[in-house]
Amino acid sequence: MSNADFKTRLQNWLPKLVLSPSLLLMLVFVYGFIAFSVYLSFTDSRLLPSFGLVGWENYSKLWRLSHWKISLTNMGIFAFLYIGICTFIGLGLAIFLDQKIRAEGMLRTIYLYPMALSFIVTGTAWKWFLDPGIGLENVLQSWGWSSFEFDWIKDRNYAIYTVVLAAVWQTSGFVMAMFLAGLRGIDNEILKAAQMDGASNWNLYRRIIIPQLRPAFLSAFVILSHLAIKTFDLVIALTGGGPGRATELPATFMYSYTFSRNQMGIGAASATIMLMTIAAIMVPYLYAELREKK
Amino acid sequence: MSYAKQDTAIRTGRAVRIIIYLVLLLFALFYLLPLYVMLVNSVKPLHEITGGGMMNLPSGFTLEPWVKAWKSAQIGVEPTGLSPYFVNSIKMVVPAVVISTILGALNGYVLTKWQFKYHKIVFGLMLFACFIPFQIVLIPMAKMLGLLGIAGSTSGLALVHIVYGLGFTTLYFRNYYAVFPTELVRAAQIDGAGFFKIFWRILLPSSGPIAVVSIIWQFTNIWNDFLFGASFADANSQPMTVALNNLVQASHGVKEYNVHFAGAILAALPTLLVYVVAGRYFVRGLMAGSVKG
Repeated sequence: MSNADFKTRLQNWLPKLVLSPSLLLMLVFVYGFIAFSVYLSFTDSRLLPSFGLVGWENYSKLWRLSHWKISLTNMGIFAFLYIGICTFIGLGLAIFLDQKIRAEGMLRTIYLYPMALSFIVTGTAWKWFLDPGIGLENVLQSWGWSSFEFDWIKDRNYAIYTVVLAAVWQTSGFVMAMFLAGLRGIDNEILKAAQMDGASNWNLYRRIIIPQLRPAFLSAFVILSHLAIKTFDLVIALTGGGPGRATELPATFMYSYTFSRNQMGIGAASATIMLMTIAAIMVPYLYAELREKK
Repeated sequence: MSYAKQDTAIRTGRAVRIIIYLVLLLFALFYLLPLYVMLVNSVKPLHEITGGGMMNLPSGFTLEPWVKAWKSAQIGVEPTGLSPYFVNSIKMVVPAVVISTILGALNGYVLTKWQFKYHKIVFGLMLFACFIPFQIVLIPMAKMLGLLGIAGSTSGLALVHIVYGLGFTTLYFRNYYAVFPTELVRAAQIDGAGFFKIFWRILLPSSGPIAVVSIIWQFTNIWNDFLFGASFADANSQPMTVALNNLVQASHGVKEYNVHFAGAILAALPTLLVYVVAGRYFVRGLMAGSVKG
């Protein structure tokens, strides 16, 4: 083989060679690990991985655990409110910011900065602000409103709403940015034509502008639902899953069953269910996105 | 995400505008509230907080909570303050950001300018990896880090973050390079330039904006990570977020809220700084890539 020949061959293989370490990492650390975890969910693994197959036992055990049912109920409440409120606030703020507002740049910066923080920081700040002993309740009482009570974070029935509050605080500004970008992309000529026909602002938004924001709604929904299912740090920092189990979510359930309760099989089963849920949302979305492009 | 032009056909009356400004200001206060609470309470003595003065400005200004949070607060069993964990975070973040960005750039280059038969499937596999719940990889990853002999170390954590950041960095560079004129690459090829030479001389010089996006994204995500840090680090390699959580959740002794707030700001400072200094380049870089990749 001549030298030149070798060089062309190398050039042909080089791109694949360069890509291969990354691809290998992905195949092993993502897809291999997923396969391993799914496999473990069918075994009798407890403290350590073990390979004795037990069929669907972990899954049936899982669905009998009240702890898991509580996590799922909480997830339902949390995801519904979190996605709903973030979308509502995000869209509202974007529409308001789109009215030739004076300090728009500064307001945008203020709305968006929480996104740069760690959920542990957010959780710490809200944990003490909502703490009845030193936070809001105590402050308002010391200002003279002695009958004021606000102890949701310590109340089993209401603690989950404090998680919603902190999570909305963290991400609603980001949703605002997505909607604002969408609004700025809308063609003004159509709006002007509709205005000439006498359409009110309300109707402009309802009939023309908001329907055109469909892609932004879809991306917001996909991003928020995927963030909701992954929520872990915020709960750990804000409530630690408590009081009792009042704010446990699937992610905290998986963590405690796997690492503190030594029920690795059940932990893996819960992780598998989390993955399937996210895949059910992400795969159709990504597939549609990838197909659109050429 | 462009919000460059501030131009809309919508007209609003005076009363409506006042309401709009009021709502916008109210929300600005809502977003600033926790930051205000953290800042004022990190510089006042503890008794001012416990006495019902959380919302007040400090009457006895002190930097002691900051010094304590940094140098001497009890974290776990050691009274070391947060400083060693800050260093851990840096030791983990810097290599992870650099390596994942370089690999992402090369992957994006191959996936757009050297396409092969299954390039779409490869990209799809990498893209989906961005969105998996990490719970699904925790158990095998713990085992793998043990096998590699880097369990409970900052290099182990860096590896974890490289792997799970690759999807995002590849996505960014791929979308950016997808709109880069392929003719330039072909022309250079005809002139005899090879794979790396084309990358180095033609693509890299104009990759600034997207490199900024990739670096900011990775830096923020890795610095703020808690799950991997809590799962894989030992007492000597814990990142800042895990240490902060240990500080705040400690059940023994007096709860020093002022120290907790100072610690929280210390943990938030690097990413806040990046956001304030480079946030606008992030939006601009995302835009420069393409509206849709």
